[in-house]
Amino acid sequence: MIRLSLRKKLHSARGDMDLDVDMDIAAGEFVSLFGPSGAGKTTVLRMLAGLAKPDSGRIEVSGETWYDSAAGIDLPPQRRRAGLVFQDYALFPNMTVRGNLEFALKDTRAKSRVDEILEATHLGQLAARRPDTLSGGQKQRVALARALVSDPGILLLDEPLSALDPEMRLRLQDEIASMQKRFGLATLLVSHDLGEIFRLSARVRCLEEGKIGRQGPPGQVFGGGRLSNKIRLSGVVLEIKTADVLRVLSILIANEVVRVTALPRDIEGIGVGDKVFLAAKAFNPMVFKAEAGGDRVVLQAGGSDPKD
Amino acid sequence: MPPFDFAPIRLTLELAAITTALLLLVCIPFAWWLSRAPARIRLPLHALVSMPLVLPPSVLGFYLLLAFSPAYGPGRFLKDHFDVSLAFSFPGLVIGSLLFSLPFMMNPLVAGFDALPKSLAEASYVLGKSRWQTLLRVSLPNLKPALLSGTVLAFAHTMGEFGVVLMIGGKIPGVTKVASIAIFDEVESLRFASAHYYALILFVLSFAILITLFAVNRNRFKPF
Repeated sequence: MIRLSLRKKLHSARGDMDLDVDMDIAAGEFVSLFGPSGAGKTTVLRMLAGLAKPDSGRIEVSGETWYDSAAGIDLPPQRRRAGLVFQDYALFPNMTVRGNLEFALKDTRAKSRVDEILEATHLGQLAARRPDTLSGGQKQRVALARALVSDPGILLLDEPLSALDPEMRLRLQDEIASMQKRFGLATLLVSHDLGEIFRLSARVRCLEEGKIGRQGPPGQVFGGGRLSNKIRLSGVVLEIKTADVLRVLSILIANEVVRVTALPRDIEGIGVGDKVFLAAKAFNPMVFKAEAGGDRVVLQAGGSDPKD
Repeated sequence: MPPFDFAPIRLTLELAAITTALLLLVCIPFAWWLSRAPARIRLPLHALVSMPLVLPPSVLGFYLLLAFSPAYGPGRFLKDHFDVSLAFSFPGLVIGSLLFSLPFMMNPLVAGFDALPKSLAEASYVLGKSRWQTLLRVSLPNLKPALLSGTVLAFAHTMGEFGVVLMIGGKIPGVTKVASIAIFDEVESLRFASAHYYALILFVLSFAILITLFAVNRNRFKPF
């Protein structure tokens, strides 16, 4: 069980902000911290890893106290057992992939752990390569593998896939999910990517202006829980145009722009840039497999949501 | 061939080698610290370290000579407690060269430390490594171009110094008479042929050093 309760005054470009975060993560649980950039998400991870100092609060990981302002405890990052995956990966350019992983070993005799994790993350063939010869996705995998080798008490992922293209993202999301399960690691993911959070995490907490807002399973938190729809997609409003008495919304869903019409009163309070759900009821969607050389019908769904 | 004394050349190379080695020892931790110091400390210190770039060597030499003199505080202290006099001695030359070549070692190193992503050191701390281990295994190995530039520039610059050496060392053969002083000395005595020899040797050495620096850096100066 991981409990944290942290307070810190942040000086950001938009003025001062009080970061005030209380949360807990059960053993083996995958929790996401969602919020706009500048909300203090990364600072929470840095405080957990010991790279930033809270003004006050407490961090407790599986019975160990890492930080306690009241008791004057503040373990240095070296003694915290936090597996932090940096946004820029922070791989050591002077070491091979294997060297990067071996660097993370606490016990230098435990080389078999490096081999095990190289294998699990499909990096065996790249073991002798240097980071600057790897693709973005490969670097990301090495960064994750290195964090796993250090045998952390908690895995901290800082926007781990933000620099990757959508296809690579999906593949690595699966890989992160399977590694997290395999090693049973309590994990805190910081992200502003809804898709990532939906796919990976059991629970999500929203950080807005330094405070924890809504929390719960992603499906519930992002407003979908109360709809009795059959299909639901999340997207971002790109444009709202007026056409007679109706409004035409362009919504970006993944990489597709979808245009829908709506009555003005139905979209009250929705503006350009807002995250929205596009829901449709009682229809039979067609599902196609995207393949080179033309789309092929694989399945005609029966109209029921597979999640139901 | 006129009588030719190799001692000044040997002395020059010795002085440059010792100065460069000491500068490396001093400047690596100093540059590491300076690159992470807050701006209010960093700015004045960086300016102070860079002073020899703009200060006339004779000014530096003049103040060093006063400092070394047994008539004033620091020199008297050394004389009274250790019976050491630095003026007109080889150790005195080394101290002068250290100060004079300091910016040539410091500036590439500070720039190198600045250019290293902060997250590299942080990743090393999170993975359980101490500051010292991080410096030796992560920071320095990724600073090879900066280390090489600093070493070569400090060495070459020490080889060529004249004003400071003349002020604090004079031209005692075998002790403080380095090659650049020897050239001046030979010309003054109208022995142009041996002045040519010294000058040519310094020219070739300097050129070879720069060629090496550029050749190595062409392959090394790559952003990660």
